[in-house]
Amino acid sequence: MAQTLGDALTDLSRPRINRSPSPLLALAMPWLVIALGSLSPYWPLVASAPVVPPLGFMALIAWQQARPGLLPVWAGLPLGLFDDLFSGQPMGSALLLWSLAMIALDTIELRTPWRNFLSTWAVAMAMIAAYLVLTLLIASHGTARTLPTVLVPQLVLSVLLYPLVARLVAAADRLRLVQLRQI
Amino acid sequence: MAPPSNRRPGYSRKAQFGTFFGYLAAAVGVLAGGGLLIASASNSDSFSSLRGAAGDAAAPAGEVSAKVRSTGDGFAATLAGYFTRGSRVSRLEREVAEARVRDAEARALKDENARLKALIGLAGTEPKPVIVTRLIGSTSSSSRRFALLGAGSDQGVAVGMPVRSPLGLVGRVLEVGRNSARVLLITDSESMVPVRRASDGIEAFATGQGNGTLQLRLINSGVNPLRKGDAFVTSGQGGLFRPGTAVAVVENLTRDGAIARPLSDPGATDFVAVYPLWDEALKGAELKPEPGARPAGAR
Repeated sequence: MAQTLGDALTDLSRPRINRSPSPLLALAMPWLVIALGSLSPYWPLVASAPVVPPLGFMALIAWQQARPGLLPVWAGLPLGLFDDLFSGQPMGSALLLWSLAMIALDTIELRTPWRNFLSTWAVAMAMIAAYLVLTLLIASHGTARTLPTVLVPQLVLSVLLYPLVARLVAAADRLRLVQLRQI
Repeated sequence: MAPPSNRRPGYSRKAQFGTFFGYLAAAVGVLAGGGLLIASASNSDSFSSLRGAAGDAAAPAGEVSAKVRSTGDGFAATLAGYFTRGSRVSRLEREVAEARVRDAEARALKDENARLKALIGLAGTEPKPVIVTRLIGSTSSSSRRFALLGAGSDQGVAVGMPVRSPLGLVGRVLEVGRNSARVLLITDSESMVPVRRASDGIEAFATGQGNGTLQLRLINSGVNPLRKGDAFVTSGQGGLFRPGTAVAVVENLTRDGAIARPLSDPGATDFVAVYPLWDEALKGAELKPEPGARPAGAR
């Protein structure tokens, strides 16, 4: 009986009579995944050019699109602060942009309750592009000292990787609801 | 679709207030972010202790991943080596033959140098590194280029110290935690290193471009004397970097200088050495360069 990891997770998270998800895991999972993405500077990769996608931010968007309302609308405040500690951006950059992104995603969610793969991807693409341009502006204090062409490889990579991040977040979401607690 | 005009979650006062305070907290986040940005723009050191503490907390994880990185690099290089072995062996043999000649010449020069130095009574000024340690990470998605170092003030690392790998200059220490430090890489857009051409000493400034290359700006403008392949070393101007540390090789010429590629790729670097401040090593602690006078520029 061939089973993929996803199938196994789905099986484990299916409601059963004497079981329920662990409340701690169910609540903490999105925060943990996003914080792990923010820690990407400590991943085994030292780069001399900015090429790694903003994984924390992408995970934030993916969680918000997969489970709107699971993260509170103020989640950008603590998570952005955490990201600022490690990202190398001036302090407050992610705090500002992630809070704005949460409000923007909430508004988009209210206006367009229907969705499909392409529309969520397009929304994520627009958010990531705006985020990267704004972080560049903030990092160079509004001067054009760093050429904007620096962003092109990172932007392309981020946009192409977003569906993968969304899949990983979906897997984490199923892991979140694994029926661990015995009633 | 127009958003629903009524966002009340029901008749529960608690739920209504919850929604309201959620949005309020989000707006506070935006305002706090803007405030912090203005504060950190006016004084870049204001949050260094906070970042230092966070860096210390995450440093053990970085140590582990640095080990993983060096193993992974080695594995990939070994694998790639099998495919290009023949051509590389012949090239390496030729290079070794050339290098033997150069080595002999260099040894002669070294002897002569030592003799001349002894003649004018100059002691050996090669300083010992403060510590040799790993680069445990780097900012990966931000356009600012920082690396994280696995040693801090407890190991004697201080702000401003140059960091170099066996291949050349990596950057200088910008912020120090107890056992981790933040290094401004020479490729960062706010890093500026005074350099000179190794062959004849034409002076220039090497400014990072944020994309892994350096821009060389000549101090004397005029006809551009640079050629592809010219090597640049630190000039020691400004007292931050010891003269003679390899920095970069010219890759493309521009109108008033050149674009150069740094010799030490921080991604391929396993261990780096932190050196004491050049000026301090030369003249003693009382002649520490003032922060405002540093050519490498405050952030």
